[in-house]
Amino acid sequence: MADIAVSRAGTVNGAGGRTSLHRLMQRKSTVAFLMALPLITVIVLLVVYPAIYSLHLATLNKSMERFVGFGNFTFLFGRETFWLVVKQSCIFAITAVVFKALIGFVVAHFVHNIPSKGQRKWRGMLLVPWVIPPAMSTLAWLWLFDPSYSAFNWILALFGIDPVPWTGDAYWARFSVILVNIWIGAPFFMIMYLAALKSVPEQLYEAAAIDGATWWQRIWYVTLPMMRNIIAITTLFSLIVTFANFDIVRVLTAGGPLDHTHVFATWAFRVGIEGGDIPLGASVSLFMVPILAVAAWFILRDITKRGNEA
Amino acid sequence: MTHNVTRRRVTKTALASTALVGMPFVHGARAAGSISVGFWDHWVPGANKATTELVNEWAAKEKVEVKIDYITSQGNKLLLTIAAEAQAKSGHDIIAMATWDPADKADALEPVNDIMDALIKQNGTVNGTVEYLGKQGGKWLAVPATVGSQIKGPCSRIDLMKKHAGIDVQAMYPAGSPPKADDWTYDTFLKAAEACHKAGHSIGIGLGTTSDSVDSVGAIFHGFGADLVDAKGNITVKSDNVRQALDYFKRLVAFLPPDAPAWDDASNNKWLVSGRGAMIMNPPSAWAVAKRDAPQVAEQCWTHGMAKGPKGRFGPFLPFFWGIWNFSKNKAAAKSLVTFLSQPSSVEKMVVASGGYDLPSFSKLTTLPVWANAEPPKGTLYHYANPHDHQTLSIAAAPAPPKIAQQIYRQGVQTKMVVRHFQGESAEKTIAWAASELEGFMRT
Repeated sequence: MADIAVSRAGTVNGAGGRTSLHRLMQRKSTVAFLMALPLITVIVLLVVYPAIYSLHLATLNKSMERFVGFGNFTFLFGRETFWLVVKQSCIFAITAVVFKALIGFVVAHFVHNIPSKGQRKWRGMLLVPWVIPPAMSTLAWLWLFDPSYSAFNWILALFGIDPVPWTGDAYWARFSVILVNIWIGAPFFMIMYLAALKSVPEQLYEAAAIDGATWWQRIWYVTLPMMRNIIAITTLFSLIVTFANFDIVRVLTAGGPLDHTHVFATWAFRVGIEGGDIPLGASVSLFMVPILAVAAWFILRDITKRGNEA
Repeated sequence: MTHNVTRRRVTKTALASTALVGMPFVHGARAAGSISVGFWDHWVPGANKATTELVNEWAAKEKVEVKIDYITSQGNKLLLTIAAEAQAKSGHDIIAMATWDPADKADALEPVNDIMDALIKQNGTVNGTVEYLGKQGGKWLAVPATVGSQIKGPCSRIDLMKKHAGIDVQAMYPAGSPPKADDWTYDTFLKAAEACHKAGHSIGIGLGTTSDSVDSVGAIFHGFGADLVDAKGNITVKSDNVRQALDYFKRLVAFLPPDAPAWDDASNNKWLVSGRGAMIMNPPSAWAVAKRDAPQVAEQCWTHGMAKGPKGRFGPFLPFFWGIWNFSKNKAAAKSLVTFLSQPSSVEKMVVASGGYDLPSFSKLTTLPVWANAEPPKGTLYHYANPHDHQTLSIAAAPAPPKIAQQIYRQGVQTKMVVRHFQGESAEKTIAWAASELEGFMRT
C-alpha cells in the first residue's frame, strides 16, 4: 500500500533532490524503518545506551576517575566470594531451567490432553504464577519460609517433623530460591510447549500409531523432534533470564546466609550500589555476557541451520 | 568587532529600561526561587506530615516554592535515588542520606561548615559517630537529620528479664534518673541470654546481613575493641580482641533463636511483638507496633542501654543526614531550609510526631519531654536518647575509613564471621577469611 501511495507522489515532483528522497521513501524498507523508529529509539535509550555505559563503567577504578581496562575483572578473579557467586549462579540457573523445562513439558502434555472445552480454564490457572509480579509472589513465599513463623514448618510440626531452616541454612536456602524460580517460570515453558504441541500435525501420530509406536516412541520420534526449535529457544531465553534473576533472591534471602544464595545481579547490587563500588558492580553484572552470547550464538545457529534444512 | 549604535537600538533600549524600572515589584510565592527536597519516607504514620508542615512554614516565610518527595528506604529506593542523582548530577536540591551515603558521595556534596558551626554553637556538640560519618578532612558534608536517626539499643521485656534472668531493667535504668548499670556487663548479658533461652524466651539478635543484625553485632565487637580495620585503613582483624569477640559470640549464639542467621530487619520486631523474645535491639518502632497490636507486650517493654564490654559500653547509632548537592541550583535556599529544620522547635516537633523514634544528634536536644513521657509503661523511652551519655554511640565497622567501613557494613562481614565461627570454623580460619575480604575492600 505504502509503495503505491508514495510512488504516485514521486511522479508528480520532478526536481532531482526531491525525487531521490521520494525514491527513498518508496522503499518498503524505509517505511518499515520509520515505523519501527519509535521502538528503535526506546531500545537505544533504555538498552543500548545503558549497556555501553555499563561497559564503560566496568573499565573505571572505584572512584570512577581512572581507566583501568580489565583491572576490575582481574581483581574479581582473585576473590573467593566472586567464584562462589559464579558457582551459585550456574547451579541456580541450570537447575531451575532443567526443572522448569521438565515440569513445563509434562504439564503441557496434561493440558493438551484435556478436552478443548475445559482447557482454557486450566491454561489460565496454570499461568497465574507467571503472571503475578515476581517480587509480590516471592513475598508470599517469604512468609511461607519465614525463619520464625514458617507456614510450612507449622504443617510439618503437625506431623511431628522438626522445623526446616528454609532460608537459614545454606543448602535449604539454595533449594528455596530455586523452588520459587521454578514455580514462577514453569508456566512459561508450559505455554510455549503447549503451543508447539498444538502445531504438531495429528497425521504424524496417526502414522506412528499405524506403525505400532509405543507412547514413549511417539514422544521420542515425533513430539520431541517437532518441538526441538521451540525447546531450544525457550531454554535459551529462560537461561538468560534466570542468570539475570534479581528479585527472587533479593526478596527471599538477600544472598544469605553467608553469601550462599547470591547470584550475579544480587551480588552486583550489593557490591555496586550498597557497597559504593559501581565499577566493580558493573563488572560483576557483565561477567556472564560473553558466555551467554556464545551460548546464544550456537543455539541460534543450530536453529537457523535446521530451519534451512526444513 | 564593531558596535553599530543605531537610532532604533537606542529607542528600544530606552523603552525596555523604562518598562523595567517602572514595573511594580511583585513579592510572589516564588520570589526566592524554588527547591526540591527528597526526604526519607518515615515508617511512623503521621511523621511525614510534621515535616511537611515545617517545610511549608519555612517556604511561606522565605517565599520559596518547595517540592517534597518522600522516598522510601524499602527496597533501597532512597539509596538508588541518591546513586542516580549523584551520577546524573541532577535531581533534588536537598536529599536525605543514610549513615554511609555522605562519605560515599562526598565529591558531589556542598560543604555545610557554615550551617554546622552555627548549629553546634546553638544546639550543642554532636557525637563522634556523626562526625565520623558526616565530616571529611575538616569539611562537613551534610547536616545530621533528626528524622530517621536512631539508637538501636536493647528493648527488654520487664517481666521476662525479671522472672528468668533475675534482672530488674527498670531499676537498672530508672526513668528520670541516671542509669545504675555498673553490673550490666557482657557476662551478665550472656547469663541472661542463657536463662531466657532455657525458659523459651531467647534474646533476639539477628545474624543476617541487614542493618539491625550488623548494628547489634558491631556494637558488641566495639565492646571488645575488636576493630577489623583501624582509622588509617590498616587491616587489624588478626588481633586478640577479635578472637575474644568471636569466642564470646560462639557462646552467645547458642542461646539466640536458631534461625538468627536468616533474620532480616523485620524479624526482631516480630520476635518482640509476638511475645516470644525477652529482649531485642531496636529503636522504639517495635514497641510502637506492640502498643497497637499487642498492648500486653508493650506495657512490659523498657528501652535501655547496652551492656558493657571489656573496652567500654557501645550503643549502635545510625544517624540520617540532609545533604545538599553541589549541583543544586538554589544552595542558599537549601541551606536556609536545613538550618530551619535543625532549630530546636522544629526538632521537637519531628520527635513528637515520630512518637520519640527520631533522634536529634545535638547534645542539648537529647532530653526532650517526649521520651520521659512516653508510655506504657511510663518512662519506657526515657533512656532511649542516651540522656546521661551513658554509652558511647557507635556504628559497626568504625573506625575504618568510611569508604572501607561501608563495605564491611553492607557485606555484613562481622555477622558472617560470627556465623562461620559458630558453625564450627576455627577462629583462625574465620579471621583469615575476613582478612581476605577486607583486602578486597581496600580498592581505590
